[in-house]
Amino acid sequence: MTVETKQPYNDEYISRFSSSRNEPEWMKDLRQQALSQSESLDMPKPDKTGIKNWDFNTYVHEVEGSKIDALDKLPASVAALIDADNAPNLYIQRNNSAAYLALDEKWSEQGVIFTDISTALQQHADLVKRYYMKDAVNVDEDRLTALHAALMNGGVFVYVPKNVVVDEPLQTIFWQEDDSVASFNHILIVAEANSSVTYVENSISHNADTATFANVVTEVIAEDNANVSYGAVDNFAAGTTVYAKRRGVAYRDARIDWAIGQMNDGNTISEHITNLIGDNSGSEAKSVVVGRGKQIQNFTTNIIHFGKNSVGSILSHGVMKEQASSVFNGIGKIEHGASKSDATQETRVLMLSQGARGDANPILLIDEDDVVAGHAASVGRVDPLQLYYLMSRGITKHEAERLIIHGFLAPVVNQLPIESVKNQLTQVIEGKVN
Amino acid sequence: MAGSVLEIKDLHVSIEDKEILKGVNLTIKSGEFHAVMGPNGTGKSTLASAIMGHPKYEVTSGSITLDGEDVLEMEVDERARAGLFLAMQYPSEISGVTNSDFLRSSINARRAEGDEIPLMKFIKEMDEAMDFLEMDKNMAQRYLNEGFSGGEKKRNEILQLLMMKAEIGILDEIDSGLDIDALKVVAKGINRLRDENFGCLIITHYQRLLNYIEPDFVHVMMQGRVVKSGGSELSKRLEAEGYDWIKQELNIEDETINA
Repeated sequence: MTVETKQPYNDEYISRFSSSRNEPEWMKDLRQQALSQSESLDMPKPDKTGIKNWDFNTYVHEVEGSKIDALDKLPASVAALIDADNAPNLYIQRNNSAAYLALDEKWSEQGVIFTDISTALQQHADLVKRYYMKDAVNVDEDRLTALHAALMNGGVFVYVPKNVVVDEPLQTIFWQEDDSVASFNHILIVAEANSSVTYVENSISHNADTATFANVVTEVIAEDNANVSYGAVDNFAAGTTVYAKRRGVAYRDARIDWAIGQMNDGNTISEHITNLIGDNSGSEAKSVVVGRGKQIQNFTTNIIHFGKNSVGSILSHGVMKEQASSVFNGIGKIEHGASKSDATQETRVLMLSQGARGDANPILLIDEDDVVAGHAASVGRVDPLQLYYLMSRGITKHEAERLIIHGFLAPVVNQLPIESVKNQLTQVIEGKVN
Repeated sequence: MAGSVLEIKDLHVSIEDKEILKGVNLTIKSGEFHAVMGPNGTGKSTLASAIMGHPKYEVTSGSITLDGEDVLEMEVDERARAGLFLAMQYPSEISGVTNSDFLRSSINARRAEGDEIPLMKFIKEMDEAMDFLEMDKNMAQRYLNEGFSGGEKKRNEILQLLMMKAEIGILDEIDSGLDIDALKVVAKGINRLRDENFGCLIITHYQRLLNYIEPDFVHVMMQGRVVKSGGSELSKRLEAEGYDWIKQELNIEDETINA
């Protein structure tokens, strides 16, 4: 190994940390075992991005955050994410502490669980145990994933029982108030058969100059005929090195749709995989990215078809400016036996400056004959004919570019189901591209 | 109001070092409708694109002025704000930008900051104009030209022309690909603008459109120049007899710019 990730947090620390959170014994064991596994596992190897010199070691693992009594006491950057008059289902995590939690009674009465991961481990230990790093993400996939399992320090658990349709979004905000606090958040979403849920998440930090690490794992399980709509805006500041792993598992007739705004300002590896296990399962994986400064980012979006007649589509749009550089790997994989499946993908990168770099790699791996598959990829500048058209109506060049860029990133913005989150993403994009 | 004058003098235009316009002279005043006709490949659309400032066309000599102001010195957006409007033959598709947001931005671009069109007034005007052009209302919320049929794109260009209140409109083959009903609607839109404050340059391949929009002046282009001008009787003769008599009269064998 060329990467030396000497861990400041040892077995004894982890045991103490787990006890202090009153975790069940199995969780403590899982953590300790993961720590020892992490020592022998390799670092992740994002395709075409070298991460040898990235800093994965500088962070503070545990920082408390005080409770939030009232939403009107939040700072503007956090308050902007919330529709304060209408946020019946909201979880705010401040540093590593659950600071605010609301779930409308009509959902809790039907057995819906929406709570911080620590509480879930105490109150719903068996449920969490049944899904936690089992069917979606495995502890031993790579060193950072094992480290996540060992050091998990926040997150949320969503559980929707059979036949329950939650027709209001559940909103989570991960607010890294302290500049050096690490985010080892674990998001576990389980939708039982015939259920439906919409989940929207924002991660936000302000550590422009202070180094820290976000090692976040998201697992979404959609049982037969369940429907999960997942929206997220990642907005970690420049000081945070990000390893984000999102994984979905869709069983028969289930759907998982993703809309992800990757607005981090630091170096980022994002690995996003959806396994279409069941027949007739489907997924749309949409993500948009704005890269700036000297950011290096790697985005892999992968939909793997196991079930027959499964339908997957990937859309990745990236805007790169200044010296930012990004690799976009879009992979549609159809396994043998997944006949009548349909895998499509579109990866487009818009370059706003000479020094920016974008690399779009569309990959189709097909092991079955009777399928439909297609891809489109492009890397280029703003189309001069589009600019000409808009300018011919009197719109200035700057405004025309702005319209084209916002339009280019609209597929994710439009899909976010909470107006305040949508507006905030638009503003983040505005701030980044100008 | 005095009205506007668009004056084109000895205009030479090249694309990728190939000269297409070889000395065009044309003057369009408010209140006048001009038709530029001619066979394919004679430079008609190049004229329209050069006036608006298409990035691929290079003006090598000659001048274009609007009320004495040098149009060639202006950026594309400045030309539009000065009062020129080009209804394009192939309008761009712009994903993620709704037709109505685009229209509002365009209208506001011609208004001073702080004097933006009030939203309700905009919606009312747009609804009215869309009704007039028999357009489906959901086109306002669709992305700009994305997935529009050929006919929808043309109507959408006229919708913009109606709402933007330009001084001089240039219509580049607005009739191509339209069935007769759509053609009538487009013509109705253009005729609505006919008044002393609006001048129009209609570029067309076919006389057909001119059955519905009566031009005051008709010009025939061949070999990158205006070779003949006249009144509306000229377009009628062209429809009846084709272009051959002009070629004979002027001793032209190959009418295209390749000659």
